[in-house]
Amino acid sequence: MSGSRRDFITLSGSLVVGFALAPKWALAQDRPRLPGSLNTNRRLEAWISIEPNGRVTIFTGKIELGQGIGTALSQIAADELDVHLDRIDVVHGDTARTPNEGQTAGSLSVEQSGTALRFACAEARDILLSAAATKLGVPAAELKVSDGTVIAPGGKSATYWDLVGAADLKREASGKVTPKPAGGYTWVGKSVARRDIPKKFTGGAAYVQDVRRPGMVFGRVVRPPSPGAQLTSVDEARVRSMPGVVAVVRDGSFLGVAAVREEQAIRARDALKQSAKWKETESLPPSGDALYRHLMSATVPAQTVTDKASATAAAPVKTLDALYTRPYQAHASIGPSCAVAQWQDGALTVWTHSQGVFPLRADLAKAFGIDPKQIRCIHAEGAGCYGHNGADDVVLDAALVARATGGKPVKLQWMREDEFAWEPYGSAMVMKLAGGIDAQGNVVTWSHELWSHPHNTRPGATAGVNLLAARYLAKPLDPGLPPDVPQPTGGADRNSIPLYDFGNVKVTKHYIAAAPLRTSALRTLGGYANVFALESFVDELAAAAGADPVEFRLRHTKDARIRAVIEAAAQRASWRPNAKSAGDGGRGFAFSRYKNLGCYCATVADVHVDRKTGRVRVTKVVAAVDAGQIVNPDGVVNQIEGGIIQSASWTLKESVRFDRTRVTTRSWAEYPILRFDEVPEVQVVLLDRPSERFLGVGEGAQGPAAAAIANAIAHATGKRLRALPFTPERVKQAL
Amino acid sequence: MASFTLRVNGERRTVAVEPDTPLLYVLRNDFELNGPKFGCGLAQCGACSVLVDGKEVRSCVTPVSAAATGRITTIEGLGTLEKLHPLQRAFIEEQACQCGFCGSGMVMAAKALLDRNPSPTNHDVRQALNGHLCRCASHNRIVRAVQRAAKEMRS
Repeated sequence: MSGSRRDFITLSGSLVVGFALAPKWALAQDRPRLPGSLNTNRRLEAWISIEPNGRVTIFTGKIELGQGIGTALSQIAADELDVHLDRIDVVHGDTARTPNEGQTAGSLSVEQSGTALRFACAEARDILLSAAATKLGVPAAELKVSDGTVIAPGGKSATYWDLVGAADLKREASGKVTPKPAGGYTWVGKSVARRDIPKKFTGGAAYVQDVRRPGMVFGRVVRPPSPGAQLTSVDEARVRSMPGVVAVVRDGSFLGVAAVREEQAIRARDALKQSAKWKETESLPPSGDALYRHLMSATVPAQTVTDKASATAAAPVKTLDALYTRPYQAHASIGPSCAVAQWQDGALTVWTHSQGVFPLRADLAKAFGIDPKQIRCIHAEGAGCYGHNGADDVVLDAALVARATGGKPVKLQWMREDEFAWEPYGSAMVMKLAGGIDAQGNVVTWSHELWSHPHNTRPGATAGVNLLAARYLAKPLDPGLPPDVPQPTGGADRNSIPLYDFGNVKVTKHYIAAAPLRTSALRTLGGYANVFALESFVDELAAAAGADPVEFRLRHTKDARIRAVIEAAAQRASWRPNAKSAGDGGRGFAFSRYKNLGCYCATVADVHVDRKTGRVRVTKVVAAVDAGQIVNPDGVVNQIEGGIIQSASWTLKESVRFDRTRVTTRSWAEYPILRFDEVPEVQVVLLDRPSERFLGVGEGAQGPAAAAIANAIAHATGKRLRALPFTPERVKQAL
Repeated sequence: MASFTLRVNGERRTVAVEPDTPLLYVLRNDFELNGPKFGCGLAQCGACSVLVDGKEVRSCVTPVSAAATGRITTIEGLGTLEKLHPLQRAFIEEQACQCGFCGSGMVMAAKALLDRNPSPTNHDVRQALNGHLCRCASHNRIVRAVQRAAKEMRS
């Protein structure tokens, strides 16, 4: 990474101080390890700027996507600096201004960026105090700070804003200034109102869709009718003559258009669609149950994820096995992906809702064969993405079209069908579980075998170019075959290793890197499907052992934090051991620790099953969560609530439809999601652990919510559903 | 092209466009109103909802010619950061969103509801918003926000 702020002074016209961002030497192994993302972005001034006007700017490579990260980071910075929260401005993801923190993904933003800012701000405060000590002639140890004013015992004072000239923050962080202890915080731990919300409810410019640039025109893309299609002919001339059309861009099978007005661009897109002739091929897998047989027939080597033999476990007296499946599922953002792109003198500036502006820049540089220094990627929020949707792809579309507009910026937004048919889906998966219990009903053998396509094809996941249009150009660029995300976090195999004491445990994965339908990160990667299978199967073994599901889980773990969330969820839900189901109502339990490293979450789901229609209604979900130290309790609750309800939607309704040639999911009519009258009541119990490190929560609840629903349906009906989603047809068939 | 004078948030504004231009693009691009959002273009999701003569319409499928005689209200017409409408205040106080992309449409649908029914039950609120999609799953917070605003507007 060799980009610098200075490179962009002419490009952006903004007044910024030149400094190197994450230069190569910063990654050298012989330097001391620094906390969080400070390790790879080691300059203090990369993270924080004290302004003479009484403001503090913090810079983060993590982007706001409605998860409230900007608010949480400002709380951390305000506390370490001893300034009022309102003084803090946050700059997110800008290749010219912020540290490179890779992707905003994996529920890691508070852990990585929050930890870096905590140490950077603690050190900045220390430097400012030293400067104050010199100025005031008082030892630093005797000084106190109140909202940026440093006060000496006699009452003499100096403010950060006065000291900023004398305090040199342009230096490498030492990581040696200890942040405040738990209990020393004013802002951290409080449900501070999110800073991004007021503008969202008053028509403020909150999203990339709201970016307006002088002379801007509107772009649309014409995607092929199917992933394997090639463009054979199109009447470009006729469309060029349509009202308002500024440019028609054809490059191989890539087809795009720009027009003065947005509706003109849409009409031009429709005209191009009508005149375009394509050669289509059957490139997609079979659907329905055949999809899962197809996945299991893939000739890829079986990889051992874990193989742990127990010397003390008894031989099983009873064994079970079961096959669980998960279909392709969509991110299905409410707002289709959008980007603004502008070329000036060979340099490209884009406004993007990408979750990783630096990896995006690298892929754009490869796609256009230019130096990354010639590209600036500036983050602006999009609609919630829940992982890798079309956010990065639409940037290449916009940049390709903008090459033909004579320097005019292009705002290009996908249509709804573009998003549904072309976003990279959460992979279909198969999980084959087997296990045995001993005479006491304890699990002594456990096996989990899984089949999956990739869960990360984001920019940077391979040496290739992972932007959709690149593979349709006249000179196509190879996306490359991504490796699976390795353990201990795992990708396809995320959360496949049980945290319970199960004696002999074997986990095997069949990772199928070549994917006929493009797949990538959808919240939790493989975690949702693996936890669904694992925690369903725990209940199946508990039933075989005649045990209560909560007691059965507790007897298989000594881990105090796991036990605490399980007990807290059971208690809040007034779990009654071995309770019989009431009529068509049922109750289910599940637990997971996200990635086996992140937050702990236990859930209790109540369902009602309509035996006539097969319709499952999730009426209530209780969750207990241990996320270590909590920065913003309401922010955590909001994420967990959202995770549970979104998971209920995936679990009851969602499946991408396709035939052997085309994706047939094109609108919300073919991809129903949970609506207001179907949404469960949610209660969240937080177990705050102020002396433990931060653990992200964005993906903590989806797996256990799905399994708790499956277990509740089994409790209500006596029938075990193992194929997601639990549509009325499937439920009726099972009954 | 034809000229249309629209009454938007209490102001008269003129625009020259094709008569079948969806109202959404006039509001967003000609009048630079950020509230209504493009979500689907198919009247399926509600992100683009605005009020015309107090009734909720999906601006993505409403031709500008059909809205030309009505009084159009977007979220910008309800209140401002400095002077919030009770619904805006309630959505902010309940932190009733994650990404918020559906939020403007939700608020406008809620406005139409509260204008015809100042004391809705939770069931009424859910029914009134059932044609609006929220992907972040902030549904329960949104219902609480509507009830909070209803309470404030009644008192």
